[in-house]
Amino acid sequence: MFKKEQIIKGVSASPGIAIGKAYVISEDILKVEKRIIKDAELSEEIKNLETALLKTKREIVDIQSKMAKEMGSNYANIFDVQLMLLEDRVLLEEIIERLRKELLGVEYIFFDVLKKYKRALEKLEDPYLKERAQDVNDFGKRVLKNLIGKDASRIKELRNKAIIIAHDLSPSEAAVLNPEYVLGLVTESGGSTTHTAIMAKSFEIPAVVGTGSIMGNIEIDDPIIIDGSRGVLIVNPHQATLKEYENKKNKIDEKFLNLLKLKDLKSQTKDGTSIKIMANIELSHEVKSAINHGADGVGLYRTEYLYLNRSDLPSEEEQYQAYKLVTLQMTPNTVIIRTLDLGGDKLVSQLDMSYELNPFLGWRAIRFCLARPAIFKVQLRAILRASVHGDLQIMFPMISNIEEMEEARKIVNEVMQEFDKEEIPYNKDVKIGAMIETPSVAMTCDHFKNKADFFSIGTNDLIQYTIAVDRINEKIAYLYDPAHPGVLRLIENIIQKSGENNIPVGMCGEMAGESRYLPLLLGLGLRNFSVSPLIIPELKLVASSVTLDQAKEIAREVMGLSSREKIRQYLSLKLREILGSDYAELIEA
Amino acid sequence: MKLEKRIKVISEQGLHARPAAMFVEVANRFVSSIKIAKGELVVDGKSILNILMLGVECSEEITLQIEGEDAQEAMGVLEDIITRKDV
Repeated sequence: MFKKEQIIKGVSASPGIAIGKAYVISEDILKVEKRIIKDAELSEEIKNLETALLKTKREIVDIQSKMAKEMGSNYANIFDVQLMLLEDRVLLEEIIERLRKELLGVEYIFFDVLKKYKRALEKLEDPYLKERAQDVNDFGKRVLKNLIGKDASRIKELRNKAIIIAHDLSPSEAAVLNPEYVLGLVTESGGSTTHTAIMAKSFEIPAVVGTGSIMGNIEIDDPIIIDGSRGVLIVNPHQATLKEYENKKNKIDEKFLNLLKLKDLKSQTKDGTSIKIMANIELSHEVKSAINHGADGVGLYRTEYLYLNRSDLPSEEEQYQAYKLVTLQMTPNTVIIRTLDLGGDKLVSQLDMSYELNPFLGWRAIRFCLARPAIFKVQLRAILRASVHGDLQIMFPMISNIEEMEEARKIVNEVMQEFDKEEIPYNKDVKIGAMIETPSVAMTCDHFKNKADFFSIGTNDLIQYTIAVDRINEKIAYLYDPAHPGVLRLIENIIQKSGENNIPVGMCGEMAGESRYLPLLLGLGLRNFSVSPLIIPELKLVASSVTLDQAKEIAREVMGLSSREKIRQYLSLKLREILGSDYAELIEA
Repeated sequence: MKLEKRIKVISEQGLHARPAAMFVEVANRFVSSIKIAKGELVVDGKSILNILMLGVECSEEITLQIEGEDAQEAMGVLEDIITRKDV
């Protein structure tokens, strides 16, 4: 039958285009048939359950150790509760007692008992406990699979590459998916900070989330296109649409492939001024991608992920392991860890953060950490412990006045004193810097002499605070613009004043990753950039094609313009001139 | 030996995933019977399912009832888990 093309809008979770067949993960509740048994068969049934539990335990331990190796132990902890359930004697006793009484097949009794607990947990008000229902559910499916020999879990091993469509994915389900076979991910629920979104981004898999109810319209093997950058999903595309997206995808693939060849270019301008192009990462395993793309270090290691999508807080040891992993792999290059930056668009249930009317101006980032020093110190201890493994630096987010910087440093000093007493080694000269995200600090960065060892300009927030525009609000998102002369003057001021006071300054916001701004920023005096790993080769190419004199000339010209449109046009034109037509086409693809 | 003690839960997340798992793991190392009471409800402290269902939140009071030869030692260690802030 001919199927109609449907275009579905969701939320962009991870960029890129994926074209493939749908693999729909249905929500069907598994049915387990009742089977009457005889008294004599009882011990056989119990033995079957024990065998299934043992097998499940081996499976979970396997996945757990695989995950711990690949992504650090915090990931593997997802399975803690499931492992305990395997040996839960109350559960076992209840199953055995009911077996004796009812003389029904063990799979049915097991299923029925678990269902009872799952429902009861779902009814609890506490959000963390509610999430445990998911654990009970996952656990039940795993055991049932081994009990009846049939796969009861929603996700079977993918044998062919496919685009996964699900209502949502639990962290342990997402963990089982082999990234090599997942072309793209779509979930009906969720926003851009969900587990699915962050996983997809870190594996560079295009993803769209929050599409609302769509599973009724999609069948297994339906052809699907995902445009992760625009948050769009196209089901049963027309030939013409398919062609269009295939072309687009080929161009993008080719672009990144060609650019990747440039990853070993030296990070320097055409006339040999050396600069640093570092990587922004979120999960520890992304450091591999950073290295593969020729990063000169990690300029922004976001640590929020350690705190998201879990019911408890990450321990010092767990954080230490993650920071150590990244630092060791990056040595001898620098790794800048940004301390917890939650609040704003990211809320965490276990931190008692409540809904705010104006979250971006609210209780977040360093404001939260200074108010909750006990939580802050756990992270600082982990970072300081890891500081002996390489050039690790600490960066505070959302600093809005000098007192916050002083107070944060004071807490670091307290931790250092604790370490001296406890005789724990750490780097006593660890560099401590601040992000410049507020116009107030952008205007007063000279006051931070001897207080901040370095700065990193976080353009995403700096731009939204300067122009007073919420870039998530679709109606006004057009106002958000790095080319606004007001923004550029602030940046110019930061670079100049920091330079006069010998505070090294870099940029780690999205603006740093847009290659047309690179010559301008170089001309203004910026030398350190931190961007998504994929973009690093492109920036190296642009940097090595422009001389410092050219860059300064471009900066002079731009700082005299008042129209955003003119600035953008001028920068695009200059970029083409600098690169020559062949390379320009490569980048614009 | 039979011991009973009222304890206020200090662990910031109450007795949820991590602290509960730790409690159960440690409780199972003892031969004594270990029960947790909250209000009218009394559950087996060696069962993760039971503890989760009890739904203990931070700063709630529970009663630990421990009976057996190693009750004293068990009480000390388990109280420590419940009253530690950073678990």
